Amino acid sequence: MPYPTDFKYTKEHEWIRADGKNATVGITNYAQESLGDIVFVELPKVGSEIVAGKTFGSVESVKAVSDLYAPASGVVAEVNAELSTAPEKINKDAHSAWLIKIALKNAAELNSLLSAQDYEKFVSEEAGK
Amino acid sequence: MVEFNGWEMPVEYPSAGGIIAEHNAVRTAVGIFDVSHMGDIRLAGAEALAAVEHISMNDASRLAVGQAQYSALLYPQGTFVDDVIVHRLGQDEYLLVINAGTREKDFSWVRDHTRDFDCKAENLSDDFTQIAIQGPKAVELLQKLTDAALSAVKFYWVTRGTVCGLKNILIARTGYTGEDGFEIYIPSDERTSAMVWNQVLQAGRDLGVVPCGLGARNTLRLEAKLALYGHEISDTINVWEAALDRFCKMEKPEFVGRDALEKAKAVGIRRTLIGLEMVERGIARDGYKVLDEGDAEIGYVTSGSYAPFLKKNIALAYVPPRFAEVGTIIKIEIRNQAVRAQVVPTPFYKRPKKV
Repeated sequence: MPYPTDFKYTKEHEWIRADGKNATVGITNYAQESLGDIVFVELPKVGSEIVAGKTFGSVESVKAVSDLYAPASGVVAEVNAELSTAPEKINKDAHSAWLIKIALKNAAELNSLLSAQDYEKFVSEEAGK
Repeated sequence: MVEFNGWEMPVEYPSAGGIIAEHNAVRTAVGIFDVSHMGDIRLAGAEALAAVEHISMNDASRLAVGQAQYSALLYPQGTFVDDVIVHRLGQDEYLLVINAGTREKDFSWVRDHTRDFDCKAENLSDDFTQIAIQGPKAVELLQKLTDAALSAVKFYWVTRGTVCGLKNILIARTGYTGEDGFEIYIPSDERTSAMVWNQVLQAGRDLGVVPCGLGARNTLRLEAKLALYGHEISDTINVWEAALDRFCKMEKPEFVGRDALEKAKAVGIRRTLIGLEMVERGIARDGYKVLDEGDAEIGYVTSGSYAPFLKKNIALAYVPPRFAEVGTIIKIEIRNQAVRAQVVPTPFYKRPKKV
């Protein structure tokens, strides 16, 4: 699955797509593949604040629990409620099954994240380990 | 691949669809597992039965030739060296199938505790590749590859036959999934192992056979409430706590651990193994704390997961007996939050009786 070039990526395998002052956050295809069947997603409440680099929730597959790290700081504007009953949508299409939408605190934070190309290189190294 | 007690093993086969697909294939059709990591100890000789009776808690004298039983090796204090399946292969010949992580410990234990008997203990662990064929269609699959009359083999009985052209192969109707199925013991060389594995997959194609990894093995055994060493049983947990009473024959006059178990029974247990189901959102995982309704710590989770066939979040846990009644509400501490769960009957899953 290709990594969209209009996304930015973290080394913890989240993606973020900014649209002005707002952004959408999810986990990458590499993340869903490594986790396997996703069966549980825990997300923050609308209105809560998330901080770049800190955990904002978790995602669990049958075999593992994985923390979610905020790619950028902001206030949660929307949560993908569908995932509470159908978390497997992330396995089906990780790049469209978003987790949360946030109002960015500082859009410049995204500049320090990985491009699609850098991320792809990063995961190919990870996979080779 | 993950490292599991010195073995490189797949957690899942993504090409087969992953843990959930593997798990459900075993519940509804058939799945195969490479379980060569399991250890095998052969005890043979004139006093083999007396030796087995001495080192294991179940009553091996009840076994006919060709029959098997679930049992355990105990320490003198009544806690677990390991759980085992004891197979009676001949008049004076027994095969003990043990866990990977406890192989060396188990063999030393068995050898040391059978020295005074006229019998020989042999570690055959590296001689066999063990393949488990599990699920309602296991018999149909394996029958394509063997001349042994499988329908005549009852659950927890063994037979021998030609399998994939290999003569005199041990075929046991046993497993660790809660389903009907077989475990076959073939020569461990790579060429033979690969040949059998591939032939089983090939023969099962039209039955929907799926290769299964450690992940599905764990969720299947959890749904069926089958103990895992280091989780539900260990060197600090005794037989009564683990609720394995029915496999422990106190009417036997002697076996290692018996005296301590007699005393422990009189004293009563401080904790017991319960099954629970999450009421609120969350998955109880191995090692998580169990809390009472007032959030005081009362125990811990031994195994917990999403249950792929039951589609529920289930767990096994140790708690004081007063919390063991079905319907009792308790809580699990999940990432600093107390999440409600309920004590439920076990096993969580029981395979339907054949009609």
